[in-house]
Amino acid sequence: MDAETMKTLAAAIAIGLGAIGPAIGIGMIGAKAVEAIGRNPEAAGKIQGPMILTAAFAEAVAIYALVIALIVKFV
Amino acid sequence: MEISLAAEKIAHIGSLPITNSMFTSWIATILLVVFAICATRKMTLIPKGAQKVMEFIVESLLGLVNSVFNDMKQTKRYFPFLATIFLFIITNNWLGLFPGVGSIGFHEIDNGKELFVPLLRGGNADLNTTLGLAILTMLLVQIFGMIAIGFFKYVGRFVNFKSPIDFFVGILEIIGEFSRVISFSFRLFGNIFAGEVLLAVITWLLPYVGPVPFYFLEIFVGFIQALVFTMLAMVFIKMAITDHSEHEEAAAH
Repeated sequence: MDAETMKTLAAAIAIGLGAIGPAIGIGMIGAKAVEAIGRNPEAAGKIQGPMILTAAFAEAVAIYALVIALIVKFV
Repeated sequence: MEISLAAEKIAHIGSLPITNSMFTSWIATILLVVFAICATRKMTLIPKGAQKVMEFIVESLLGLVNSVFNDMKQTKRYFPFLATIFLFIITNNWLGLFPGVGSIGFHEIDNGKELFVPLLRGGNADLNTTLGLAILTMLLVQIFGMIAIGFFKYVGRFVNFKSPIDFFVGILEIIGEFSRVISFSFRLFGNIFAGEVLLAVITWLLPYVGPVPFYFLEIFVGFIQALVFTMLAMVFIKMAITDHSEHEEAAAH
């Protein structure tokens, strides 16, 4: 296995595994938010704000993994 | 396919290199300034033209900032910085989607091989821009906190000798502040740069037709990233200016 192959593999595994956690996390955030809206439809606007914020936090971790994959592949 | 993680240099002013992202940020800044001048030139009570759009933007942003601070005085104090951050980031993001950005370039430099250097590149697709924004934001959060509750009370949040646990919490808070810089910069950079790479790859795979839904996605992501940056900055400012020692703040964001 030469360096180029390992680099490609490493980049693929980095982003592949790194996206599992945030995907599950954002799914759970969305599920709880939708359940809360279903319970109290009038509070939909107030629930939406923290939901977007928390989803951005969770997604940031996926972005960290993506940046590492990009660094491995292109630097 | 050439994808460069770092923004490519296109010119030099003296010994300072100018990258294509920096150039695009300048264009975004000029656009914002020209729009602001046009909107406030002959202001009428019933707005028309650019003033109408500007009033809509200012009113929406004021509502957004007020929803976090819940206090009009504080909102007006921190509004200029937060609105500027939002408008700068969203203009940079959307400008990076224009036709010509990333595709028009004139340098074919020979560094042992031929490289295509685009003249324009999305402003936030360069880690330097986002790092600068992140450092500026966190510095300003500290300064706002010190102005609002006093220097010693604010530093007392980080250097706390009341009990061993409080001391370690203070150290964790310091580390937390630095990690916010990293998280701010990488979140914005990663989203926008990954969007550019995605568009390039999809255009290569399925030209003309493939990128259309991804352009919708990128427009949405550009808006959301600006919104998230601004909302996080607001939340951090709010946390910095609340007086923890009085144990009055009930809603912790």
